[in-house]
Amino acid sequence: MRFLTRTFALLLFAEIAFGQTIAITGGTVHTVGPDGTIENATILVENGRIAAVGNDVSIPANAETVDASGKIITPGLFSPLGAIGLSEVGAVAGTNDSTQRGTQFAAGFDAAEAYNPRSVVIAISRVDGITRAGLTPRAGGADGQGNSSHVLSGLGSVVQLGDEPEHLVRRGAVVVANFGETGSNVAGGSRAAAIQVLRAALNDAADYQQNRAAYERGDWRDYSISGADLEALSAVLDGNAAMLFNVNRASDISVVINLASDFGIRAIVAGGSEAWMVADELAAAAVPVILDGVNNLPGNFDRINARQDSASLLADAGVTFAFGAGVQTHSARLITQSAGNAVANGLDWDVALAATTLVPARIWGVDAVAGSIEPGKEADLVIWPDDPLELTSYPDQVYIRGAAIPMESRQTLLRDRYLQPDDGKPPAYRN
Amino acid sequence: MKKLRLSLPLLAMGFVLGACEQNGDDGPAPYSSTYQPLPSEPTILQGATVLTGTGERLDNADVVMNDGRIVAVGSGLDPTGLTVIDASDMWVTPGVIDVHSHLGNYPSPSVDAHSDGNEATSPNTAEVWAEHSVWPQDPGFVTALAGGVTTLQILPGSANLFGGRGVTLKNVPGQSVMDMKFPDAPHGLKMACGENPKRVYGNRGSAPSTRMGNVAGYRSAWIAAADYKRKSDAAAKGQGEAPTRDLQLETLAGVLDGEILVHNHCYRADEMSVMLEIAQEFGYKVTAFHHGVEAYKIADLLRENDTCSAIWADWYGFKMEAFDGIRENAAILDRADACTVMHSDDDIGIQRLNQESAKVIGAAARVGINIPPERAIRWFTANAAKALGIADSVGTLEAGKMADVTVWNRDPFSVYAQAQQVYIDGALAYDRNDASVNPVTDFTLGTSAQQGGAQ
Repeated sequence: MRFLTRTFALLLFAEIAFGQTIAITGGTVHTVGPDGTIENATILVENGRIAAVGNDVSIPANAETVDASGKIITPGLFSPLGAIGLSEVGAVAGTNDSTQRGTQFAAGFDAAEAYNPRSVVIAISRVDGITRAGLTPRAGGADGQGNSSHVLSGLGSVVQLGDEPEHLVRRGAVVVANFGETGSNVAGGSRAAAIQVLRAALNDAADYQQNRAAYERGDWRDYSISGADLEALSAVLDGNAAMLFNVNRASDISVVINLASDFGIRAIVAGGSEAWMVADELAAAAVPVILDGVNNLPGNFDRINARQDSASLLADAGVTFAFGAGVQTHSARLITQSAGNAVANGLDWDVALAATTLVPARIWGVDAVAGSIEPGKEADLVIWPDDPLELTSYPDQVYIRGAAIPMESRQTLLRDRYLQPDDGKPPAYRN
Repeated sequence: MKKLRLSLPLLAMGFVLGACEQNGDDGPAPYSSTYQPLPSEPTILQGATVLTGTGERLDNADVVMNDGRIVAVGSGLDPTGLTVIDASDMWVTPGVIDVHSHLGNYPSPSVDAHSDGNEATSPNTAEVWAEHSVWPQDPGFVTALAGGVTTLQILPGSANLFGGRGVTLKNVPGQSVMDMKFPDAPHGLKMACGENPKRVYGNRGSAPSTRMGNVAGYRSAWIAAADYKRKSDAAAKGQGEAPTRDLQLETLAGVLDGEILVHNHCYRADEMSVMLEIAQEFGYKVTAFHHGVEAYKIADLLRENDTCSAIWADWYGFKMEAFDGIRENAAILDRADACTVMHSDDDIGIQRLNQESAKVIGAAARVGINIPPERAIRWFTANAAKALGIADSVGTLEAGKMADVTVWNRDPFSVYAQAQQVYIDGALAYDRNDASVNPVTDFTLGTSAQQGGAQ
């Protein structure tokens, strides 16, 4: 009962905070914008947005002031892959909603209606500084009845992890496609078949775009994919959505770049273990990479040439990249560990920070409102006591769209219970 | 090496001895370690911040290594006759020890043909030895070395109630696993409680399919082992016939004899409590619980049983039994003076046990638990050595111990820290500044790893 009361109290606090004027003063602000890093700066937040940031910001009389002297402030962290809010316990199938093996949908599968804003994973992630996430549907192995995942996994959306709706701030930003060994597994045994499936689907969608009315009247040919799939792929062909490819092998990345060029679509490479080997191609095609920043081993033959210093090699070649890995739903904070390790292996610190904030926001098409501390953008802010890439550093306070979020989670409740000394009663009685 | 010459009477005695290793009178027993240290020269590391692993921090101190051993640790030591390494601005610690790894038996690349960690054909496979699955060409050994790892235990997986024997290795890639075995280290026995065994076998419609089935499985096995041990011990005293040699019972009896150390995968506090009851019933010790996601809930009980907890920093939520994982787990255990060990169970995580520990240090500081570096370092050095039964040989920088030493370019608990040099038995096994020193396993020839990549 007390837990529920506390939760409602915290939600109330968040409601009051939303729309408030806040001035955060005295911190070192990494804007990740054109103004770079500003010492002893003031950030003025009004109505959930950044009104001003700098050294000469006048603070309105009604502003709540937050003294951030000696602190470091960054934009909120953006986890660009995973299933936050779509997976409560990994091994409990009923809680996982980002994989489907039905035959009606592939590209058009939309997990948005399954999003649970009360997932424990959300609070646990945001107290670590994650303010937004890209949700990516994923392929899984065949289920017990022999049903398979698909080459095209479905639509990906952006969520903001604050308490206020709308949580899904950009639906259908990407369509996820599986290539490499994963694609091979779902396409009947060869990754080339996955590409053929993909080309056929895109060709169908292109034809559908020219003949939509006739198709809906029933006066047109059948397609190999459903109406929802046709709509999803049309958005990709129109440039309103990107296609996110799960791909690691260098030759596979080249195939993806060529396919994207053939169809005139925006591609994103997710995984990218061997992206460093085709970095020049990626840079020339302006294809961004979502890089698993810690996986430096040849886990399979798609990743034989994985290396720990991938990020700095990509940076040197002018490739745009963010840090993220699909398996990191329950450990989104790994993106700062990836960033820190990349810096240790030669990457510039500011580029590393951008790869956890503005670049993923840009990849997901929400950089107009998020990813950096610039006037006009929504106020996703993290106040850190120390270098945010250091693993000993945890946020003092996180703001999402201008609202201070409660710095509590199910984990802090467990922690606080078991920090208490044993008073002779069972822990269940410690409140 | 003397040639084996066994006469008939000696052979007969060999059979009668039953459970003992079949080595007759001459030569080392089969499967013995053939590990040879790499060539080394007497060396002094000068002027470093030294974390000894005993809880001490020495500033501007020297470490002297000779003939494979640590000779001295202190300030202003005599460098005469020694190769001098300027370690000012460096941090020097005991080599990193990971008590839970599947390098070699679930190696990279992770293909079906390499899936050798779980003999998941019966819930009790105490007869298998993980070392017989170890592929020394796993590139993960080298990346672990680049992360400062000098010693590691390779365990069977957790599909079974009894997974088999674990083996402790020196992290010097060899031609065979025998070339890597840590000399005179005891074997481990992998046990697993909780979801994994009951899911694996329950899904096949066989036992165990519940946690109570798990427990009946352990107890039945220990009953048989106790009987085997009783008969073997009696036969050794000339009382009765020795039982037919049985690899499974031999391993379990080894636990009851105190020679094989129990490493028990177990997540939930209530289950760890039950496993301790079983240990008491049959008179053996749980040397370490592995993963112990809920160990923080029973820190006092674990300390009282002198049972180590080999855990992650913060993995949670991937299974129901991991739902209550918190980052302060290691901190709460350490505060209660329970043996706290940071482990990886992961070929990526093994490369940065120092970073994982840093996550805990930071979280602990926020609730007023201050863990200085000289204390936290024990989680993957001295405490890990204790859990593996090799604390007399490694785990601290003390005179007489094996010179397994890692040199870091800064405080190892910074995310920016990297192991610069790694010494195993006083020999330079890895040098970040000189690729020609470093091993490249056969599998990685011609790949980025050989070009200095994966490390």
